[in-house]
Amino acid sequence: MTAMGYRPSATLPLWAEVRRQASRRRTQLALGFMAALPLIVLIAFELGGNRTDDDPNDVGPFGSLNDLATSGGLNFALFCLAVSAGFLLVVVVALFFGDTVASEAGWGSLRYLLAVPVPRARLLGVKLVVAGGYSLVALLLLTGVGLLAGTLRYGWHPLGSMVSSQIPEASGLVRVLAVAAYLAVSLLVVAGLAFLASVLTDAPLGAVGGAVMVWILSSILDQINSLGDVRDVLPSHYGNAWIGLLSTPAQIDDLAKGAITSILYATLFWGLAFWRFTKKDITS
Amino acid sequence: MSGLRRLRMTRGRLIASAVVVALIAAVVGWAAWPDRDSWTTHDQMIAMLTGPDRNQAVSIDTRLYLPDDRSGKVPAVLLAHGFGGTKESLDTDAKKLVQRGYAVLTYTAQGFGHSGGQIHLDSPDYEVRDAEGLLDWLAARPEIQTDAPGDPRVAVVGGSYGGALALLLAAQDHRVDAIVPSITWNDLGHAFLQQSADTSATGVFKKGWAGIFFGNAGAVPAGQSTATSGIDPACGRFAPDVCAAYFSLATAGHPDQKTLDLLHRSSPAPVLDQIKAPTLLIQGEVDSLFPLSEADANARGIAATGTPVRVAWFTGGHDGGVGPKTDQDRVQFLTAQWLDHYLKGEGTAPASSFTYSRVAGFSAEDRGLVTNGYSVKAYPGLGGTETTRLDLTGPAQPIANPPNGNPAALSSLPGADARLSTLLAGTVNDIPGQHATFESPPVRSAVEVAGAPTLQLRAASPTGEATLFVKLYDVDQTGAETLTAGLIAPVRLTGLPSLIDQARPVRVTLPGIVREIAPGHRVRVVVATTDQAFLSPTQPATYTVALGPQLTLPTLVGTPIANPEAIWWYVLAAVLVALAIGLLVVLVLRRRRLRRRDRPAEPEFAETPLVVRDLRKAYADGFVAVEDISFTVERGQVVGLLGPNGAGKTTTLRVLMGLTMPTEGEALVFGHRLVPGSPILSRVGALVEGPGFLPHLTGLDNLKAYWTATGRPLEDAHFDEALEIAGLGDSVHRKTRKYSHGMRQRLAIAQAMLGLPELLVLDEPTDGLDPPQIAEMRRVLRRYATGGRAVLVSSHLLAEVEQTCTHAVVVNKGRIVASGPVDDIVGESPSVQLEVSDVPAAERILIRLGVRSVTHDGNSGLIVDMNGTPRAELVATLVREGVDVDRVVPRRRLEDAFLALVGDNSVGSGDR
Repeated sequence: MTAMGYRPSATLPLWAEVRRQASRRRTQLALGFMAALPLIVLIAFELGGNRTDDDPNDVGPFGSLNDLATSGGLNFALFCLAVSAGFLLVVVVALFFGDTVASEAGWGSLRYLLAVPVPRARLLGVKLVVAGGYSLVALLLLTGVGLLAGTLRYGWHPLGSMVSSQIPEASGLVRVLAVAAYLAVSLLVVAGLAFLASVLTDAPLGAVGGAVMVWILSSILDQINSLGDVRDVLPSHYGNAWIGLLSTPAQIDDLAKGAITSILYATLFWGLAFWRFTKKDITS
Repeated sequence: MSGLRRLRMTRGRLIASAVVVALIAAVVGWAAWPDRDSWTTHDQMIAMLTGPDRNQAVSIDTRLYLPDDRSGKVPAVLLAHGFGGTKESLDTDAKKLVQRGYAVLTYTAQGFGHSGGQIHLDSPDYEVRDAEGLLDWLAARPEIQTDAPGDPRVAVVGGSYGGALALLLAAQDHRVDAIVPSITWNDLGHAFLQQSADTSATGVFKKGWAGIFFGNAGAVPAGQSTATSGIDPACGRFAPDVCAAYFSLATAGHPDQKTLDLLHRSSPAPVLDQIKAPTLLIQGEVDSLFPLSEADANARGIAATGTPVRVAWFTGGHDGGVGPKTDQDRVQFLTAQWLDHYLKGEGTAPASSFTYSRVAGFSAEDRGLVTNGYSVKAYPGLGGTETTRLDLTGPAQPIANPPNGNPAALSSLPGADARLSTLLAGTVNDIPGQHATFESPPVRSAVEVAGAPTLQLRAASPTGEATLFVKLYDVDQTGAETLTAGLIAPVRLTGLPSLIDQARPVRVTLPGIVREIAPGHRVRVVVATTDQAFLSPTQPATYTVALGPQLTLPTLVGTPIANPEAIWWYVLAAVLVALAIGLLVVLVLRRRRLRRRDRPAEPEFAETPLVVRDLRKAYADGFVAVEDISFTVERGQVVGLLGPNGAGKTTTLRVLMGLTMPTEGEALVFGHRLVPGSPILSRVGALVEGPGFLPHLTGLDNLKAYWTATGRPLEDAHFDEALEIAGLGDSVHRKTRKYSHGMRQRLAIAQAMLGLPELLVLDEPTDGLDPPQIAEMRRVLRRYATGGRAVLVSSHLLAEVEQTCTHAVVVNKGRIVASGPVDDIVGESPSVQLEVSDVPAAERILIRLGVRSVTHDGNSGLIVDMNGTPRAELVATLVREGVDVDRVVPRRRLEDAFLALVGDNSVGSGDR
């Protein structure tokens, strides 16, 4: 018999964890920054004026995205996503997933949660879902504010892409959202890494930094052509596959491969995290 | 036993790590291991006679690839290289074919590499005759399958220069069983003097490509220099007649008849009707040297006699290279299918369907081009299956030809090996004043152009002649224009009037392209006077040009070729389904296990708050923190766990909270065996190793957050009681990061008491509290235990336990040294501490009295186990015997036990 009203499945309700994290300064700052970034970019474009920059070296998708950024709300939101995809989003996702367990361990509150008792798997599950939710909110904030600010300033125009034609507004919006969705999927690797690190260490910074460093290492290795096919299994190999969504018709083959790698890596890392956390002695 | 267990644990981990390492090594090794060659090669210089009269000796550098696992004789493939290449440049292709079971003969054509002779431009008397000699040689090899004596089973495969050789050889020598010529010409004269208008006037000299070709072959054989080889520096290894023809062409742009004859003889065009070998023609869509029209002419010429012909286009060519991976795969598949059927007799006859590809966008991964493949039932030629007409508007416009054709517009970069993407990104430019523009309205629906667009051009020129370049741009909504594949239509018109009104329309066929013109896009036709890839007249002139009212676009709606990459979406779906099933199974198993755990393991202890039995905890490094710990906490008891720092108290409590797993033994809480997360822990409140709060929340919010995490009803929490115990007053509304140590400690005790748990476990609860608070805490704890609840307190202070607890368990170095009711332990001990004036005398007297033991305690002290002798009698006897007694201190058991072990080693037994 347990205590009155105690049910293992009712412990640490999702909403409780959401509020636990929401009251933290780092959550507020991270989300605030995601909302502010499009506005900062917008101001930068405004201050920079309409300088037509004919830099001959400025070729390739990013060059074009830069040129097109002020052509409409869709392109502006896309630009915001593109510039954040490589590093900012990685850090934010690593923050939400890497900090969540390690910071409780650091405060010493983890042992009290486990003594409630919140079943260990449930604790991890709730933390995982909430961290995922906050990461998604961050991504949506970035996209949404980018769309809103860009549309208010530059208008609602077709999505200009690098290759061939413009994409009409309606399907352009779908494309931009699909880019955001693919980014969300590809960041699962970071989420997995950071979460595993969070379970393994009591230092929140170590977990976040560790995950980001592994991601950077993977990106560096991916640049080394002589590694050949081995690069195909690097977690960051398909990180830029979303660019395929901008062509007509959309190139989505790499998206499938990228999603498979991401999901498998995330499953592996999360599985390890659960396995380790349900077995280990809590020493914090 | 413990050592063995540890060893096994370590060995298990070792084995696991070893397995993981071995697996990784195996995967990496399998990926990186070089393929064992399954073929052998033989290099040989084959001497033969060449020339129209077969009297010129030439040696040809050859390499024969033979598959190792051949059973009997195998069919052969003769691989011919492109202009400027050698047998080495065919190595990759040869290996692919030899792996399919063909003997492959690669060779260096005469005039190139280590072969002798001169370049005769695929002349039937020279290069084609050499190839005939190679067929003879192949027929004589014992490994090669033959159709008849001297007739090998052989196909000829080659690109560009090699492709034309395949066509010419098949026409000249009917021993050839199949050919796969790619990106090659139909008529060399037409290719280098391109004329896109329906007129008999000679075309415009393609100086860019011609120069590159001529320059390529000027090289002297390896290891020689121009000074020693005796080779004419002007002509390189070109045969004198070919060299003269080039000079005639390049100097004026108007060739003499001899040159035209030479180019004609080096072309498949006149002999197409003699080709009987089934022909697979592969042509590039990004090829300004030999555009799609060359393959179209070949296909029509060969098919006219009933010979099987199949055509395929790919996104590549002399400008575009080998193309994207999907196109390479398709071309390879088609080639293999063709050879397997016509050489080996394997598989059904390849269909006559026509396949092509269209640029779809950039690859995100390597920024190369991505193309989609399409297929239609039969080859439609360059006219498409249907046509779309677009109105072109624009007045007649004057355009200037600059002196010497300079500056000139740019459309393609011949031989620059430019990346496809830059070609398509639009490096093109037109020179102001030198081009006229005509534009269509935006198209309403997508136009899938595949073939050669046509239009009517009218031109007037003061000189009666005009060299013009017609280009077709796709213009998007922003006005950005794209010239598909950099292809343009050169036109040379003669006999023109000087006034545009008198000009008669002439039909211009633009280069064949594959492109989808998206809805909303316009088509812009530009007529320019110059282009860097072509030779324009040196005399300045101003022409006037006008276009007919309509542009005809041939269209083709193909069936998309299933992309093999689409399989990954099914893999993705399978992965997701597998994960969902896996997750479901894990959840079901876990639920089942939890339900099993909910029953009390030992019902007879269901009313006993805590039973600890034979608890042992050994860490991975071999350190044993606690051993043989057994004690019981009953309802109504306040049990003290007493021991010096590092005795194992905290380890014991951590096990009780399910934070640490015991190595052996068990703890039962109300009869339930404790494992991490046991639901029974909900009846336990705990403070272990100091408080743990969210620093950014207030004290009250922390308590609320904790209680919310239990998921239990709010009214069961008894916040008021807890807050009263904490005694923090208004400070509960401050953030805990600003709390003092004592405040945090009190809040932590309050948190442990939330919900008034039946068993309260407190680790050093008075740590950081001031004396009045300690006194208050004692009262609280004693009161708490009444009414059936129980408290377990750990402390390293004897007085603390003595004054708070009803029972005590004394531990040292991980083991219990004493336990029982505090009253029993604290009660009168059979021993007494004496301070006497004469220790030896006192000792003698005491032993005579019959005490159990006498121990020295300092200079004048003795500790006496009295064995039932009353203290009064003892003192009286000593005094009577003349020994002065300074002090008599009764000793208590707990003190005995505790001081004995602390005195023994006050450092404790390590960090536990």
